[in-house]
Amino acid sequence: MAKTKVEKDQNGADVALAQPKGKPVKEAERFSAETYLNWYEIMLRIRRFEEKAGQLYGQQKIRGFCHLYIGQEAVAAGTISALQADDPIITAYRDHGMALARGISSNECMAELYGKATGCTKGKGGSMHFFSKEKKFFGGHGIVGAQIPLGAGLAFAEKYKGNANVVACFFGDGAARQGALHETFNMAMTWKLPVIFLCENNLYAMGTSVARSSNVIDLKKLGSAYDMPSYDVDGMSCEKVHDAIASAAEHCRSGKGPVFLEVETYRYKGHSMSDPAKYRTKEEVEEYKSKDPIETTLSTMLKKKFVTMAEVEAINQRIMEEVDECVKFAEESPYPDPSEIYTDNYMQQDYPFITD
Amino acid sequence: METRKIPFRQALREAMVEEMRREESVFLMGEEVAEYNGAYKVSQGMLEEFSERRVIDTPISELGFAGIGVGAAMNGLRPIIEFMTWNFAVLAFDQIVNSAAKMLSMSAGQINVPIVFRGPSASAGQLGAQHSQSFENWMANVPGLKVISVSNPYDAKGLLKSAIRDDDPVCFFESEVMYGDMGEVPEEEYLIPIGKANVTREGDAVTIVSYNKMMKIAHAAADELAKDGIHAEVIDLRTIRPLDVETLVNSVKKTNRMVILEEAWPYGSVNTEITFQLQKHAFDYLDAPIKRVTTTDTSIAYAPTLVQAFLPNVDKVIQAVKSSMYVS
Ligand SMILES: Cc1ncc(C[n+]2csc(CCOP(=O)(O)OP(=O)(O)O)c2C)c(N)n1
Ligand SMILES: [Mg+2]
Repeated sequence: MAKTKVEKDQNGADVALAQPKGKPVKEAERFSAETYLNWYEIMLRIRRFEEKAGQLYGQQKIRGFCHLYIGQEAVAAGTISALQADDPIITAYRDHGMALARGISSNECMAELYGKATGCTKGKGGSMHFFSKEKKFFGGHGIVGAQIPLGAGLAFAEKYKGNANVVACFFGDGAARQGALHETFNMAMTWKLPVIFLCENNLYAMGTSVARSSNVIDLKKLGSAYDMPSYDVDGMSCEKVHDAIASAAEHCRSGKGPVFLEVETYRYKGHSMSDPAKYRTKEEVEEYKSKDPIETTLSTMLKKKFVTMAEVEAINQRIMEEVDECVKFAEESPYPDPSEIYTDNYMQQDYPFITD
Repeated sequence: METRKIPFRQALREAMVEEMRREESVFLMGEEVAEYNGAYKVSQGMLEEFSERRVIDTPISELGFAGIGVGAAMNGLRPIIEFMTWNFAVLAFDQIVNSAAKMLSMSAGQINVPIVFRGPSASAGQLGAQHSQSFENWMANVPGLKVISVSNPYDAKGLLKSAIRDDDPVCFFESEVMYGDMGEVPEEEYLIPIGKANVTREGDAVTIVSYNKMMKIAHAAADELAKDGIHAEVIDLRTIRPLDVETLVNSVKKTNRMVILEEAWPYGSVNTEITFQLQKHAFDYLDAPIKRVTTTDTSIAYAPTLVQAFLPNVDKVIQAVKSSMYVS
């Protein structure tokens, strides 16, 4: 079979891909004031929402496992601005950020953390299992790496149905060590599935650093091994994430198959609420905090005069109120009725459960 | 015998440490077992004593490291494979079921697999559908495996030591929510035999059978029932496979009634096997159908109301006992 001639870098990746089309344009000119405002608002919403969730966890209003996304917000913001609303998204248990960015309301998200019937999964899923079919947000998955083949499956369906949609499939650096990744990458490449595999490399899988989990610490090589176009992305920058996803999406939509993005990011908090994160230094955490995506975006907006300080204050105020409001909403919502344990187990409405 | 009170996690750790000191071929492998000192601190300090040669952190690759454990066992070592929880061991079931369980049989007795797969199982608060499952009955279905599920520090230590010394593959079930439980454990070495149930409370009105953390509910229910003059005998299965049918039959000969309490889905669970064995071996001694208290026949969910609806509790056990006694 004749191979199409594409330029490859040393990893076998398509070099042209990550570059924006046409002649280079300065960053801030490529993105409108509206885009910046949108990023800022998405990230601030996630940050404030999760800070509140953290407090509420301490008060035992939120139970179970709760994994915060704080620090990684630019990945969600840049993804959302680069994708179409119809493009499916799937991720792991660290899912609040992506869900909020996709437009699941703060009310529904907070109510879910409370386990209330008004939550985005009716109090059934909790923190780890947010879903919204309407928003094409396909979860919220608790078994590390399970969403990698699921994401490829979503893409298989898009292709099968003849849609132009592309799937964004997120997973962590720890998940990248699951065997399922290799099986899936192989098939996704072979079948040219329209899926962007995004590894959010926040350097740790619980207490295990990337370097301790493998000999291969340059994660994009995992994609290159299957000749999948694979790139590093600065995950602390909305602009860079947006660009990378936009080009990857274009590649997928044109029928060329999957793309692998290793997005370098950082979680400011422990793995979950119970992890004191003693395996990393204060300095390391501070270093990443100094590249805080919300701060950076704000300062770019101000420098470009996209926004005045008064307007920023107004946004901050509005987000604060939204978060206060969602807590009130969650507090006042009812728990699901105990009988709900029997709903949603089967589509068959009269399924004969064993009740002795 | 001198005893002291130690937490469950320490009892498990002592079992592993003692066996590793005793036998060079024993090693521990799993996620976060070494540098992080265990996700639930069961293996705290073990890296320091045994070094990274014998206390080994793995990537999140359950199928791979379970298989590596089986291979090592085929070639003369005695691995302890820790799963952060049994929910994640599902990824490794291929190696447990297709390799570990069948190796001796396939090789016509040439290759045995002396390995322990251990970790916590079942619910642990509001952890949702994927993090709350019990698998004792799944593993117990497989010929070639032995299955142990422990309820207190004393049993945990004695049975884990026996499991490590056993020449067959053993699946060993603990519980996150019991790791902090304190219990009397002897200073000196002891072993508890695999395959023997333990009568933890004597009584004559009904036999309540359970295992793992449901034992607490069994005892709490027995306490309540005693206030009404109903004296339940309580049996901790300890080993799920092989099942100690004799102890169960002997108890029913005395009480003539049985309630099985299990944090597991009802279909094809441990209680269904017990019920079959009892109707076969103690039919004439039963004064009422055997009752069971299980989870609902559904996935568990996050909300507290749904967790409560899903799980067994003391009231449900008392009701089952009373209904088996035809009182209300
Ligand atoms: C199959 C499986 N094994 C182990 C776990 C326990 N666990 C939950 S999150 C996690 C670390 C995952 O790290 P990573 O993929 O880097 O994602 P991050 O938490 O950094 O977002 C582990 C080991 C699990 N949920 N599923
Ligand atoms: Mg990580």
